Amino acid sequence: MLDLVRGFLLLICVLPAHAQQETVPSYKAIDSMEARVQGCVTCHGQSGQGTSNGYFPRIAGKPAAYLYNQLVAFRDGVRQYPPMNYLVAYLPDAYLRDMAEHYSRLRPAYAPKEPLPADPQLLPRGKTLATEGDAARQIPACVTCHGTTLTGMNPGIPGLVGLRSTYIAAQLTRWRVGDRRAAEPDCMKRIATRLSERDLASVAAFLAQQEAPADAAPESSNLVRMPLACGSQR
Amino acid sequence: MRKVHVAILAGTVVVIGAAIATYMMSHKGYLPEPKPVPEGARVASPTTQVIARGEYLARAGDCVACHTEPTGKPFAGGRAMPTPFGNIYVPNITPEDETGIGLWSADDFYRAMHTGVTRNGTLMYPAMPFASYTKVTREDCDAIFEYLQSVTPVKQKNRPHDLRFPFNRRDLLVGWRALYFKEGEYQPDPTQSTQWNRGAYLVQGLGHCSMCHTAINALGGSREAQAFEGGMIPNQNWYAPSLTSNREAGLAEWSIKDIMDLLQLGVSKRATVYGPMAEVTYNSLQYMTDEDAEAMAVYLKTLPQRDSEGPPPSSARLVQPSVMESGRRNYEKQCAMCHGSEGKGFPPAFPPLAGNQSITMSSPVNSIRMVLNGGYPPGTRKNPRPHGMPPFSHILNDEEAAAVVTYIRVAWNNTGTPVTPAQVNELRKLLPE
Repeated sequence: MLDLVRGFLLLICVLPAHAQQETVPSYKAIDSMEARVQGCVTCHGQSGQGTSNGYFPRIAGKPAAYLYNQLVAFRDGVRQYPPMNYLVAYLPDAYLRDMAEHYSRLRPAYAPKEPLPADPQLLPRGKTLATEGDAARQIPACVTCHGTTLTGMNPGIPGLVGLRSTYIAAQLTRWRVGDRRAAEPDCMKRIATRLSERDLASVAAFLAQQEAPADAAPESSNLVRMPLACGSQR
Repeated sequence: MRKVHVAILAGTVVVIGAAIATYMMSHKGYLPEPKPVPEGARVASPTTQVIARGEYLARAGDCVACHTEPTGKPFAGGRAMPTPFGNIYVPNITPEDETGIGLWSADDFYRAMHTGVTRNGTLMYPAMPFASYTKVTREDCDAIFEYLQSVTPVKQKNRPHDLRFPFNRRDLLVGWRALYFKEGEYQPDPTQSTQWNRGAYLVQGLGHCSMCHTAINALGGSREAQAFEGGMIPNQNWYAPSLTSNREAGLAEWSIKDIMDLLQLGVSKRATVYGPMAEVTYNSLQYMTDEDAEAMAVYLKTLPQRDSEGPPPSSARLVQPSVMESGRRNYEKQCAMCHGSEGKGFPPAFPPLAGNQSITMSSPVNSIRMVLNGGYPPGTRKNPRPHGMPPFSHILNDEEAAAVVTYIRVAWNNTGTPVTPAQVNELRKLLPE
């Protein structure tokens, strides 16, 4: 309970001041990637760390190929989110790659964790799913592919640490209903469709509570460890 | 009835074709001379030169923008084009025999471009800009045809349009055509230079600029008398500014270099393209040669400036001090980093707002949209990594956004008028978030 109160206070006291600074356009040199990606800062923060708005994800430090795949998918309408589809509609591949590499290299501090979920019972089930999976239903643990510290795996698997539960739950839902997809074979689709509603809320709640590791770099590619074939790892 | 109609049209085509051929022979020189190709060889085995020229011209006509789905095969069609009358599904124009234009002849293609009648005699909907393409020469149509015949054929059946009654009745197009369609290739103005005529030919013909930059009425038509006077683009909620008003996008006071930069690069010292124009630059204008871009600039600069209304009186520009102060505060905090405290920007990376016609023109739609949605200019061959602007829709409420748009429209001697929170709210509701 104390944690909950503390979390709430943190949210109302720290985040607004914090967020204002982080989302205001700012750059040092005009002929730089930093100046060019000012189009991203009001949602993803000055360094891609994300903002207090739970739906806008942290993008800093995610594998470059993952970020590039998302940018291309947004541009071509394969991944749908109208504000993003609109922004990158007329940007060529090479530039999207530059943007992806720019953000993949950034290592900003992680934003404070979100408050504990309203239903704390979600956390144990979430922990089990994230760290052990559910063998009976052929659900692999998140950590097998997204990294033991959840910082992702090169080249195509995103880090999950630092994301908010609303974002994670929304993405898993979109995967389940087929709105979001990745290169075939789409391993994430197979996993998302095996999750129940409660599983989904549990794993989102648990992941959003994880501490950021000291080294935020994604792990190197490790196909042997992966339980499913994933198109985006090829 | 249709047969009679087609017969009349076919007859017209023959007569006009003959007239044009006669005309062309006596008026050489207003178009760049194509490399001479033997007549027979051109039809039977088009040289790569003709195909390359056709590809260039197809880009000038921006065919790909409508005839290709975002992740689809080039020119295979299928793309839904929302119109106020329902959805139009753009046809397959790859050289596939059953579903594309594989069985079309150069004559069929010319008739379609020039008269808006398809190979089987049906009238095209004016979403296909044949009212502009009619100005394209036979020679250029042939080159585009040879190019389209050279692309990979794709077997993809055309999807029937999804138009409401009465717009689903093609026979009614006869009436539309009588009102709004004037058939005929571009006629050079002998009092103007070859360069000016080349520019006019591209702007009025393949460029089909008037499709957006001339107001569309309730019947989806646009009147020649109002050519390039601007208007809202149906279904896109962007305002296409007038090219005949220095208070909008009239270019009379621009340097040729700035106009060329805007067309080819998407950015210039004076302004940046965004919205639907970004698409045009991305798919079409960036590929124009310097010569053609310059010709278009020369022509656009001379479009008659005929403001229908004078600048707004100073009383219309009065702003409540509290609104101005709110606008200034948010401007300094969120906008000044890129556009400068004095609104001068850092062009071409970040455009100036002071003296920028697209900020001060009477329709505030585009300024409001830019503040709400942000935007990236297109990445082009000469400007592959454009600077972008972030969305502020989630940061500014209607009052704050209205105040900041008001501020940029009246500060620094800008001649715009204030906007209301209701105008912001109206656009916010229309835009997907």
